[in-house]
Amino acid sequence: MTTAQTAARTTGRIGENAQRPDGTLKVTGEFAYASDLWHDDMVWGVTLRSPHPHARIRRIDVTEALTVPGVSAVLTADDVPGENAFGLEHADQPVLAAEFVRYEGEPVALVAADHPETARRAAARIRVDYEVLPALTDARRALDDDAPLVHPGGNLVRHLRLRRGAERPTAPVVVSLDFEVGMQDQAFLGPESGLAVPAEDGGVDLYVATQWLHVDQRQICLALGMPPEKVRLTLAGVGGAFGGREDLSVHVHACLLALRTGRPVKMSYGREESFHGHVHRHPATMTYEFGAECDGTLVYARAHVLLDGGAYASSTAAVVGNAGTLGLGPYRFPSVAVDAYGVFTHNPPCGAMRGFGCVQAAFAHEALMDELAAAVGVDPVEIRRRNGVQEGDRNITGQVIDSAAPVAELLQRVADLPLPPALPEQPDLRDLPGAVGNTTHGEGVRRGVGYSVTYKNVGFSEGFDDYSTARVRLQVTGGEAVATVHTAAAEVGQGLVTVQQQIARTELGVEQVVVVPADTAVGSAGSTSASRQTYVTGGAVKAACEAVRTAVLQRAAIALGRPVAGLALDGDKVVGAGGEVLAGLADVLGDDAVEETVEWRHRPTHAVDPETGQGDAHVQFAFSAHRAVVDVDTELGLVKVVALDTAQDVGKAINPDAVVGQIHGGSAQGMGLALMEEVVVTDGHVRNPSFTDYLLPTVLDVPPMRVEVLEYADPHAPYGVRGVGEPPTISSGPAVAAAVRAACGKPLRRVPIRPEHITCT
Amino acid sequence: MDFLQPSSWDEALAVRAERPDALPIAGGTDVMVELNFDRRRPGALLDLTRVGELQEWSIDDGTVRLGAGVPYGRVITELGDRLPGLAMAARTVGSPQIRVRGTVGGNLGSASPAGDAHPPLLAAGAEVEVASAARGTRRIPVAEFFTGVKRNALEPDELIAAVHVRTARGPQQFCKVGTRNAMVIAVSAFALALHPDRQAVGTGIGSAAPTPRRAAEAEEFLAGELDWAGRAALPESLAQAFGERVAAAAAPIDDVRGTAAYRRHSLAVLARRAATWAWDDLRRAA
Ligand SMILES: Cc1cc2nc3c(=O)[nH]c(=O)nc-3n(C[C@H](O)[C@H](O)[C@H](O)COP(=O)(O)OP(=O)(O)OC[C@H]3O[C@@H](n4cnc5c(N)ncnc54)[C@H](O)[C@@H]3O)c2cc1C
Repeated sequence: MTTAQTAARTTGRIGENAQRPDGTLKVTGEFAYASDLWHDDMVWGVTLRSPHPHARIRRIDVTEALTVPGVSAVLTADDVPGENAFGLEHADQPVLAAEFVRYEGEPVALVAADHPETARRAAARIRVDYEVLPALTDARRALDDDAPLVHPGGNLVRHLRLRRGAERPTAPVVVSLDFEVGMQDQAFLGPESGLAVPAEDGGVDLYVATQWLHVDQRQICLALGMPPEKVRLTLAGVGGAFGGREDLSVHVHACLLALRTGRPVKMSYGREESFHGHVHRHPATMTYEFGAECDGTLVYARAHVLLDGGAYASSTAAVVGNAGTLGLGPYRFPSVAVDAYGVFTHNPPCGAMRGFGCVQAAFAHEALMDELAAAVGVDPVEIRRRNGVQEGDRNITGQVIDSAAPVAELLQRVADLPLPPALPEQPDLRDLPGAVGNTTHGEGVRRGVGYSVTYKNVGFSEGFDDYSTARVRLQVTGGEAVATVHTAAAEVGQGLVTVQQQIARTELGVEQVVVVPADTAVGSAGSTSASRQTYVTGGAVKAACEAVRTAVLQRAAIALGRPVAGLALDGDKVVGAGGEVLAGLADVLGDDAVEETVEWRHRPTHAVDPETGQGDAHVQFAFSAHRAVVDVDTELGLVKVVALDTAQDVGKAINPDAVVGQIHGGSAQGMGLALMEEVVVTDGHVRNPSFTDYLLPTVLDVPPMRVEVLEYADPHAPYGVRGVGEPPTISSGPAVAAAVRAACGKPLRRVPIRPEHITCT
Repeated sequence: MDFLQPSSWDEALAVRAERPDALPIAGGTDVMVELNFDRRRPGALLDLTRVGELQEWSIDDGTVRLGAGVPYGRVITELGDRLPGLAMAARTVGSPQIRVRGTVGGNLGSASPAGDAHPPLLAAGAEVEVASAARGTRRIPVAEFFTGVKRNALEPDELIAAVHVRTARGPQQFCKVGTRNAMVIAVSAFALALHPDRQAVGTGIGSAAPTPRRAAEAEEFLAGELDWAGRAALPESLAQAFGERVAAAAAPIDDVRGTAAYRRHSLAVLARRAATWAWDDLRRAA
């Protein structure tokens, strides 16, 4: 009798805290980011930008710039060979401004030179003759008859009208408020950077930090007038994204300069240019009204949401879609009237940022839920629990929520977490508002607690054909089985590379998984945004692995003379039902490689009805709740966040550590918007384009966080996963704002909350 | 751009006189930002970090002579007991990295209204020692050193040698308001020094006027009202009145960091609290 050897289970599967392949490089500073790109022959490209929010370009004189020694090219709009236009949803943004500039910082001309400093000096010698025009900088005026037009077609980007239930609902309890959200920046640590290398076939290879290679490629091709096979993109090391890399930055510019000079061209923004070089989160002006029964049960909602899209469309229409369809929060409303608008102004363009339209709305609906709680005399947790949606409910677009919607449980979880202890008699300064600034020793300090619960769509919505492509190959090389995963999905720091490895290990039972660099040699993976890559590219990788596995097992079945049904892959072996080793992979594959490419789609979504906003707009919803505890120096208006605890349903934690990391980061980012992060724009001019005055939370601002991860599998998603990245950014800010209101007793209808708002000075 | 590296003080002064286009650089935490942001393109950098004399401090007859090149980190660890106000301010500067590089001399060189070293130096009545190859050394009371927004009393051929600060004879406080809890430029700042030996009060206001400045009238008012002999508790109303006088001495503006009204308001609160803490310290010490 032979004793069957059992295969050692492959480790690093889904559900385990597998190590990131790029982790060690990143913490030791050896990881090559896009700003580290280098080519021995390269020249440097810089951008000349508009100093005006709105002006007509009468004339551009580049002669002086061309005389600077070391300069190899100076380009303007006339040098764009294809269409001088790009844009994610509408190609309305010039590659280089031609007749008009429509925001401060709009690219006007490019210079390539042998040194970045030379290029900057030359750019300073380009003479642009501007006729300054009146600028529309107040979004609330954008739709007035006498407002200056930003584009000939009018200043409306999108109006989403949503109507449901009774036309003129009434209720015994009515609460309302106006709310304003300032402009937040993604503030990724690695500014925009890329290297364009001219190729022998007359095309160009672009290495760039981005979120979606194929949508970039499409836009670059349009501007260069080249077919896709001549414009090849490879993902360079991405130092954070958060939506700010969805739109083009250096892409076309670097390619134009490379094709003109015949040299590799590197472009790399500094921090100040980065503030002008990408879209921001839309500032919002909102008016909300809720009607309820005397016990707090919601009867109706009315909401008016106005988003300042800035000078170009970018993804404003989709952000309006979210602010409208999701903008009342995860609550049951029998009757609803929502009008969400996105408008053009001469302010900096706004577009995608983590949370995408839900962030702004959440501040308003959560503040109003607290108002309602106060009006009917129940506590903030209870009012939300009472009204929270459950699985099987319809949301405000009439869509049935067909997987877990644990609103009540998430709230209960955060409410049940222990509260932080009160401040001691003689607190450490670092634990007080103002910290070592030594502004209080406890005087004026009051504690407040705030709650919030929110939800967000995962994946692209409203009928978008949202898919990803994965190519997986299994091969034995040097005696070792290696799976290779190739997608165009952008790893931007969130850990998708690890997820891809974990999925391949799970499906193929192979320890060694190589995720090759993302590029356009494989089909589109869609965008690294909308919390969608683990779901969609994860789904594609899973499907491709399954196809590879099927092929391998078929071969094994023939070789072993057994039915396929009882065979599996594990521990780099072909195993039987009991895990007993039946064959090595080398025995089955020999020198052959098995490779499969799969294009994978989630369930289709649908456009909403233009009159009523009704429809199955979204594929999945992700829920999270936060409880914030803050100490506020009520006399000085300074805030110390003491605790920021959260519960989130992630469906299935593919990599639990990475999930918690996403939740920590997202929570900090939402808190940043509540308390300090704002691009201050006055008359169309950005006044704080630096980290000196655009404040991000530091280690003394972000408290330790308790994170409760729930795993209610979504039966429609691969492994039951639910998008993780955005929800914490949405629910944390409103909880912090609520806690500050609770501490100081002021209404605080604007974020970021500034000290002078709390002190009313 | 030339990089000039004198290794002695005399050489530094000679280079300063010869190269008016040279920009002195100590820790570089202001200079490098200016260069990176392309706000300045000096013909040369005059590196002062090899001038040993600037990196030292000494104490003579109850007065610390603090070399211009001593970084904040050392002020905190080596002078916390003698110059508590300055050390408290130093603790609020930037991040640990900045405190290792940045110097008090550099803060004076930049003469920003938001420079954190300035209020405690004003409150302590410090003097800035400057020198030139041609005319030797002179001393400037720190209150006269700041001549305008980011301007100081240095002549083009002069360098800052040191700052002279009397060791604390009484409690000192420094308070700084910023919109986050670390690594922040002051929205407003206030320093207070009690000088029980002279029955005097010193103050310094930061980020609330074109230059750092004293609140002279408030100083006199508080010094006159305090019960120096009996050390009775500070009445809340007196602390309040002092705070209002400090706020009145400010001439703040609205900017991205804060409003003028908030700056005034916060100064009143800071001055009230600082006076209370300092006086309580003095009473406890008695
Ligand atoms: C991230 C960051 C955070 C910061 N936070 C703070 C803060 O919280 N509070 C604050 O006050 N400042 C802050 N600063 C500013 C800076 O650190 C301080 O002003 C510091 O004191 C400058 O010292 P330094 O030695 O680096 O000066 P440098 O940058 O070397 O020089 C500054 C100026 O002084 C001149 N100078 C230097 N030494 C002499 C000398 N001996 N004689 C004549 N002129 C001289 C230089 O020419 C230059 O004009 C911050 C800076 C950064 C980058």
